[in-house]
Amino acid sequence: MSLSLYIMTLFGLAVFSYFLGLKRIRSVVAQQVTAQQRLVPTVPTETGQAPISPTDTTETGHAPISPTDTKQHSVDHFHGLFLALYVFLPPMLLIIIWQACAPFVTNYLLETQLVTIFGTLSQGALNIQIAQVKAVYNGSLAAHMVSEQTTLGVAYYARIQQTFSIILPVIATSFAVVGFMFAYRRIALRFPARRHIEKIAIWFMIAASVIAILATLGIILSLIFETLRFFGKVPISEFLFGLHWSPQIAIREGQAGGAGAFGAIPLLVGTFMITLIAMFVAVPIGLMSAIYLSEYATQNIRDFVKPAIEILAGIPTVVYGFFAALWVAPFMRDMGAALGLTLSSESALAAGMVMGIMIIPIISSLSDDVINAVPQSLRDGAAALGATKSETVKQVILPAALPGIMSAILLAISRAIGETMIVVMAAGVAANLTANPFEAVTTVTVQIVVLLTGDQEFDSAKTLAAFALGLLLFFMTLALNILALRIVRKYSENYE
Amino acid sequence: MTETDKTVKTHKTPEAEDRVKIKARRVNVFYGAAQALFDIDLDMRLNQVTALIGPSGCGKSTFLRCLNRMNDVIDGCRVEGDIYMDNQNVYDETLDVVELRARIGMVFQKPNPFPKSIYDNVAYGPRIHGMTQNKEQLDHIVKKSLRRAGLWDEVKDRLSDTGSGLSGGQQQRLCIARAIAVNPEVLLMDEPCSALDPVATAVIENLIHELRQRYTIVIVTHSMHQAARVSQKTAYFHLGELIEYGDTSDIFTRPQHEQTEAYISGKIG
Ligand SMILES: Nc1ncnc2c1ncn2[C@@H]1O[C@H](COP(=O)(O)OP(=O)(O)OP(=O)(O)O)[C@@H](O)[C@H]1O
Ligand SMILES: [Mg+2]
Repeated sequence: MSLSLYIMTLFGLAVFSYFLGLKRIRSVVAQQVTAQQRLVPTVPTETGQAPISPTDTTETGHAPISPTDTKQHSVDHFHGLFLALYVFLPPMLLIIIWQACAPFVTNYLLETQLVTIFGTLSQGALNIQIAQVKAVYNGSLAAHMVSEQTTLGVAYYARIQQTFSIILPVIATSFAVVGFMFAYRRIALRFPARRHIEKIAIWFMIAASVIAILATLGIILSLIFETLRFFGKVPISEFLFGLHWSPQIAIREGQAGGAGAFGAIPLLVGTFMITLIAMFVAVPIGLMSAIYLSEYATQNIRDFVKPAIEILAGIPTVVYGFFAALWVAPFMRDMGAALGLTLSSESALAAGMVMGIMIIPIISSLSDDVINAVPQSLRDGAAALGATKSETVKQVILPAALPGIMSAILLAISRAIGETMIVVMAAGVAANLTANPFEAVTTVTVQIVVLLTGDQEFDSAKTLAAFALGLLLFFMTLALNILALRIVRKYSENYE
Repeated sequence: MTETDKTVKTHKTPEAEDRVKIKARRVNVFYGAAQALFDIDLDMRLNQVTALIGPSGCGKSTFLRCLNRMNDVIDGCRVEGDIYMDNQNVYDETLDVVELRARIGMVFQKPNPFPKSIYDNVAYGPRIHGMTQNKEQLDHIVKKSLRRAGLWDEVKDRLSDTGSGLSGGQQQRLCIARAIAVNPEVLLMDEPCSALDPVATAVIENLIHELRQRYTIVIVTHSMHQAARVSQKTAYFHLGELIEYGDTSDIFTRPQHEQTEAYISGKIG
């Protein structure tokens, strides 16, 4: 039986137990009711006052809700859920742990077996044998290609796998059974099933956040680790302050000055310039269209324009790149020619402008949301004081919406910094250190792509440089995010 | 309405007291298809406080919002009829709404301070209308307005703190200070004291008395005592209709309408 099939069965069992749980709690309640009726017979009195509890049983259909110790603690649903989770979770946990550990166990067993078959082996030879066994077992290597001894190993390995595939469901199912019995017995009138469910839910959420944190941590650590290796080959000062970037030289081994071309400054300047140009385009247009949409446009216009702007966000960036390279850049070159300037067809300006257009929907859509969230009463207050619409927008609404707008802008900036496609196509890959927006520049992300495309050795300075750039990019966006958070917090204090 | 005409006639002091500042004629208001006000005729006189009373949802706020055209901004709200202020039709096509609102101050039912400092809240109106030449004048207006609203002593050391950091009652007084800072000719107050303690209420009522010397005031209130204390004229609304209007003293001592009597004596509403 395959594992996924088994898990589905388990799930079915859990659903089944849910209903068993419902049934169980209902029968417990029913017992309680009869017990109570036997204890205090319900005599409808002439005085009109019920002899038992102040509240009648009819309201909930269960026991009388008099003192708390006879009232059902959690509603039926939680009891069912409690039972279901106790059936489902223990075997699932077992399976997950098993999946994580099994390779080590099988490897260890295989190793010892191979050692007994072959006698002592060197570590390298052992690894080759293990690889061969697995390859044969998987079918990617024909069985007649390997030695007889290895075939023995394959048989052994197959046996292990088979045993495991039987043992696992057996143990898991017994877990489920134990879980079921344990939970089934606990279901009682006053059993706080709701609180148990709540706790399990909390653990789920903790697990989710731990996974998220571990993933981030893992990525950062690997970045840092590889970057340190890079700094073993190229001095850190070179990387951070060097004004010259041309990693291609470094791969020609033995060349003098081969390690001297890893200065990241031109890339940073290029990134900065393109982002700046993009922001110059996107912030005014995005913000003003957001203001128009939320404050001035009628509902009809809004219903049409807002989705239209958001479509921009759905265009793949490679199409924007096209657009920049084939239309905007030549257009600008022609314009320059008309003015008597010779401009290259790859320029920071073209890339930045197109990137700005790409970012407009981020800014306009998010800003529109935050502007709409500003309470109507503030608009009324300003209007009642005789403020014009534009005064209201400028002096009341924008300040109130500023934290949200700031975070929209910073989100857009992170997007611009991370954007690669448009830059490759419109601004080029030449790492010029220039402040002239009409020249070709390149950015951090583009260079990462350039460094890693094609066949690369994994420990050459060129490849490792990509990790260093990645780390640099990471710190840049991190700094931006922290800045965004600071700004938002600062203004939230003033404007909340 | 006949009552209206009657009180106009029976009114004693002639002259300035009698000058009608705002005149509403056959005002009907609709929210979409639902009608909220029916044929309201009401005069609001200079140097008088007109109190609007009536059960919740009867259209008091709606009527108040008609006067400075705040209903314009509500989607689906339609106002019919005429409202004259100083014989100028408020609903005239050519009228500058912004200018109108600068002349008619409003305090809303729910306090709505701007997300700005206390100082900037009060200074907002004077600033946009260019009422002051320098900082001293502005400081003076802010201080005077806050003092008149009975808030100065509580906030004088924290003028740069945000207005929304104040308590509900303080926010309401801040909004009152903000409204009177621009020296409006008419002040519309929608339950200005609903969140205030007796002391602050007394301050506001004194303010209303003081402002009456110069302005026209329309106040919505749920407190019969307050209506009796501060107003000269009272209008009783019920389900969107103006049931009775007259001198406050008359309305509270000998209401003509049994509905009015029932409401005042606490039987309905
Ligand atoms: N923005 C709106 N949209 C639709 N209907 C509204 C709106 N504002 C008020 N109404 C309706 O108009 C009627 C009058 O409301 P209004 O706010 O004027 O009552 P009110 O007399 O001020 O009541 P309260 O004393 O509770 O403040 C109510 O039935 C209300 O539901
Ligand atoms: Mg109201």
